[in-house]
Amino acid sequence: MGELSSLTISKAQYELKKGNITSVELTEDCLIEAKNSTELNAFCMITEELALDQAMKADQDIRKKNIRKLTGIPIGIKDIFCTKRVKTQAASRILTNFTPPYESTVTQKLWNSGAIMLGKLNMDEFAMGSSNETSIYGPCVNPWKAKNDPTALTPGGSSGGSGTAVAANLCLGATGTDTGGSIRQPAAFTGTVGLKPTYGRCSRWGIIAFASSLDQAGPMTKSVRDSAILLTEMSGFDQNDSTSAKYEVPDFESFLNQNIKGQKIGIPKEYRVDGMPKEIEALWEDGAEKLKAAGAKIIDISLPHTRYALPAYYVIAPAEASSNLARYDGVRFGERAELDKSENINEMYKKTRQNGFGKEVKRRIMIGTYALSAGFYEAYYIRAQKVRTLIQSDFSEVFNRGVDVILTPTTPTAAFKLKDDKKKNPLDMYLNDVFTVTANLAGLPAISVPAGKDETGLPLGLQLIGKPWEEGNLLNVADVLEKESQFDHRVKNWW
Amino acid sequence: MIAIFQETSKPKVIEGLTGDWELVIGMEIHAQISSKSKLFSGASTSFGSEPNSNVSFIDAGMPGMLPVLNKFCIEQAVRTGLGLNAKINLISKFDRKNYFYPDLPQGYQISQLFEPLVGEGEVTIDVKPGITRKVRIERIHIEQDAGKSIHDLDPELSFVDLNRTGVALMEIVSKPDIRSPEEASEYVRKIRQILRYLGTCDGNMQEGSLRADVNISVCRVGDYSKYEETGDLSSLGTRCEIKNMNSMRFIHQAIDFESKRQIGIIEDGGLINQETRLYDPEKNETRSLRSKEEAHDYRYFPCPDLLPLELKERWVKSIAETLPELPDIKRNRFISTYGITEYDASILTAEIESADFFEKVAKTRDGKTSANWIINDLFGRLNKEAISLDQSPISADQLGGIIDLILANQISTKIAKELFDIVWRNGGDPADIVVKNGMLQVSDISSLEEVISQIIDKNPEQVNKIKTNPKLIGWFVGQVMKATDGKANPKSVNELLTEKLLIK
Repeated sequence: MGELSSLTISKAQYELKKGNITSVELTEDCLIEAKNSTELNAFCMITEELALDQAMKADQDIRKKNIRKLTGIPIGIKDIFCTKRVKTQAASRILTNFTPPYESTVTQKLWNSGAIMLGKLNMDEFAMGSSNETSIYGPCVNPWKAKNDPTALTPGGSSGGSGTAVAANLCLGATGTDTGGSIRQPAAFTGTVGLKPTYGRCSRWGIIAFASSLDQAGPMTKSVRDSAILLTEMSGFDQNDSTSAKYEVPDFESFLNQNIKGQKIGIPKEYRVDGMPKEIEALWEDGAEKLKAAGAKIIDISLPHTRYALPAYYVIAPAEASSNLARYDGVRFGERAELDKSENINEMYKKTRQNGFGKEVKRRIMIGTYALSAGFYEAYYIRAQKVRTLIQSDFSEVFNRGVDVILTPTTPTAAFKLKDDKKKNPLDMYLNDVFTVTANLAGLPAISVPAGKDETGLPLGLQLIGKPWEEGNLLNVADVLEKESQFDHRVKNWW
Repeated sequence: MIAIFQETSKPKVIEGLTGDWELVIGMEIHAQISSKSKLFSGASTSFGSEPNSNVSFIDAGMPGMLPVLNKFCIEQAVRTGLGLNAKINLISKFDRKNYFYPDLPQGYQISQLFEPLVGEGEVTIDVKPGITRKVRIERIHIEQDAGKSIHDLDPELSFVDLNRTGVALMEIVSKPDIRSPEEASEYVRKIRQILRYLGTCDGNMQEGSLRADVNISVCRVGDYSKYEETGDLSSLGTRCEIKNMNSMRFIHQAIDFESKRQIGIIEDGGLINQETRLYDPEKNETRSLRSKEEAHDYRYFPCPDLLPLELKERWVKSIAETLPELPDIKRNRFISTYGITEYDASILTAEIESADFFEKVAKTRDGKTSANWIINDLFGRLNKEAISLDQSPISADQLGGIIDLILANQISTKIAKELFDIVWRNGGDPADIVVKNGMLQVSDISSLEEVISQIIDKNPEQVNKIKTNPKLIGWFVGQVMKATDGKANPKSVNELLTEKLLIK
C-alpha cells in the first residue's frame, strides 16, 4: 500500500493510459493513505464517496479512450477553494459548515480536466500564517522529522496541508494559494515542488480572498514536471475575475528538457541576510554551481529595495485582508454568535467576529484597519505601495538587463518545531516570508524546488523567480535544478 | 434664434437679529443609473420584486466572489457627464469605502474617491423665466447602492432586503454655488430633467432612484464673494449635511428650516457643529444624526479586485455623437421655430415625452395653437385624472386631427372642446367623428342665409335697434349659433349679418 499513491502525476498518467492501473485503485490507495494519516492532520475533510464516484467515471472514460490531461488523477484541494456542496471553511471557525453553492474556477478547471477530488486540505486560517498553527482544525504536521528527534515539525504555511499531503504521498498533487510565500515555504519545508504563477495567471474567482492584489493559486507536487502539468490545467483567463489575464496558456510541460545553456541566472546579493544558516548559504551556492554546470551563466545582481519588502507586505496584505474579511459578520452565512435579547447589531458583529476569528487573523485585521485609518493611510498604505512599485522596478531592471531567472533560497531555515517558543513573537514568524514576499509584491512567477537537506536530514528548498508570464522557462530551469539536485523524496513513514 | 436675456439669480438674504445672512448650498445627488443589471453583477435591477429575489452571489458578499464591471453602466455615466458638459476622465479607479452595516454584505461599498470617472462640469438652472444660475459640477463618480434594512416588520427582528444592493449609482457633486432654497429645488429639477432626457436615470424620487444630500451653511453678506475670489472655503460658515432627501418640496423646506436654525445658533453666540442631519417632514425640522467626531472612518483604499478603468477617446466620442438634444437647447429651439412663449416652451420641454408629443403635433401645424391645446386641454385633463402623458387616451395624431379641424375652420373652438372630450372617452379619428356626429361648421352661405333671413324676419325690433347700436350684432350671431347648434362658422355668420344689417 502507498505504492500507487506515491506515483507522480506524470507516471500515473502513463500507467492509467496503459491500463496497468485503474483510477479506482489509485484513488482507493490515496484514500487509505489519507485515512491512515490522522496524525499528520493534512486533510480537514475526505470526500471519499465523491472521489470513488469520480474515479469510476474516469475509468470508464479511459476505457472509452476519452482521456483528458488529468483523467483519473487524485488530488487534494486547499480548504480555501470554494467547492460546490463540499464544506469550505478556510480553516476558520467563522465559516463553520459553510457549504458553497458554487465551484471555484481553478477547481472547476481541474475537474473538467478529469481530476479526482480526495478532499479538503488543512491550512492556516484564511491563509494567514507560516506554520499551519492558526487552523481551526489544529496544526498539520510535517511528515519529515529531524534525525534522532521525535519532535513534530511544522509543514509550513499557509498551504501546510497541501505540502504534507503531497510529501506523505496521501495524494498525487495538491492545490495551494500563495499570498506571501504560502505555497513555496511549505513546499521547501516538506521537500515538495511549489509554484506561485504570475499574478493573473489563475483566476481568483471562488478562492476565499486574503489579500486580493497578492493572492495566486498554484500547484504543489512531487516533481517540477507535475507542477507544469497541473499549472497548465489550472490557468487561464476568467471573465469572472477582472484581474485574470487574457494570455494564452501554453502547455507548460512542453518547455521542459530544453537546454539552459546561456541562460542568465541572477544571484541577488540582498538575499544574503544576516544570521542566515551556513547550510542555506551552501545550498544556494551549490544550486548556482549546478545550474552553471548545466550551461547557465551566473550573474551577481542587486535588488536594492528588498529589505523594505517584508514591512511593505505586512502593511498591504493586512490592509486588504481587513477589508476582505469584513463580510464575515454573521449576517448571511457561517457562524453567528449567540446574543442576549438586549444586544444589538454592533454586539452581534463584535461577538461573532471575536469568537469566529483566531488570534492571528484578528491581529492582521487590526494591523490592516490601523494602516488604512484616517491620518495613517499616507504613512503606511501609500508608502507601502510606493515600496511595492520600487520592488517591481528592481525586478524589471534586472530582467531588462538580460537576466532570465533569479535564484534565491526559499526560506531562511528548514522546518521548525510546532509550538516553537522562538516563534512566539509574530515578527519572528513573519520573517519566514522574507525571501518569498518579493515575488508576490512584484506579481512574478516563482517556484520552490527541493534542492538538499540540512544536517538533520530535513528538506531545504531553492527558489527560482521568473519573468512575468514566463512560467515555461522558469519550470525548465527548475526541472534542471531538480534533476541535478537528486533530492531523495522518500520520507520515513512514522504516522 | 431669439436672443434670450438672462439675469443671474440673486442669493436669498435672510434678515437676522444682528444683520443680514446669506445661504450657501452644495448638493450631492445620488442617481440610480438606468440599466437592466447591477454595477458589478448580472442580477436584475427591477424595482418592487420579491425581497432578496434579485441577488447574485456577488451582491450577497459570498466568500470568493469578485466584482465584474458592467460596461453599460459606465456608458450611462459617461453619457451623463457629457450631458452636464463635464470632463470625462479616460482613466478612473475604483476604491473601497469600508463600514459595517447589515445591508452592506461585502462590508464595503465600491466607489470612486480618488479618481472619479467624470470631472468638472456645469449646469444652468432657471429660477424664473430669464433668471438663471450657473452651478458648477465638481465631479461625478459611480458606486454601488446598499440594500435595505427593514425594522418595522417584527418587534424583535430586523430584516434585510438585498435587491437594491449593488445597483449602480452616480453621485453628482456640485460646488457650493446654490444660493437659495428655490435654486436648490430648481437644481434638482434640472439635473433630473437632463438625466431623464439622456435616459441615464428614471428620476423616480419616490422609488429612491434620485436622492440628494444637501450641504448648507450661512454667511454674512459679502463673505461669499471672498470665497469666489480665493476659492477658500473658510470664508464661509460651517456646513451641515442633510441626508437622503427625496422630494423637491422637502429640500426647499429643509433648507428653510436649517438656515434659520443655524442663524439662530450663531446669533445666540453659539457655533455650528459640522454634522450630518436628517429632515423630518412631519415636524418640519432637521435633527442631528451624527457629529463630525462620530463620523465613520471609511478607510478608503483602491479596490484590488478591479483594474483601473481605461476609456478610449473614440468610444467617448461615439457616445457624445448619440446624445439627444438637451432641454435648454430644445426649449430655445421651440421658441424660435414654433414662435411659442418661453413659459410654454419650458413647460413643454420639462419632460422629453411632452416635448416629443408637442413636436409631433406642431410639426405640420401652428405652434401656438398646438402648445395651447397641449398645455391647457391635454395637460389639464391629464392632471385632473391624475394620469401621465404616456397613459393619455389621446395620441399626438388625434390631437393634431382636432387642431387641423379648428385651423381649417371646420369646427369652432367650442365644438373642438366637445370633440376633445369624445376622443378622450371613445377614441377614434376626429375627422370621422365630426362628420358622423354632424359637428362640422356650416360655412355654406346659402344655408346660412336661410337661417339668417328667418332670424331677421322674426326679430324686427332688434333689427331696428341695431341701426343705432351696431354692437347688437353679437346678439344676432348668438341667435344664429343657437339655431345651428353651434355649428355655424362664426366668421361667415358675422360677415353675412354685417352685410345684411349694417351695410345698407
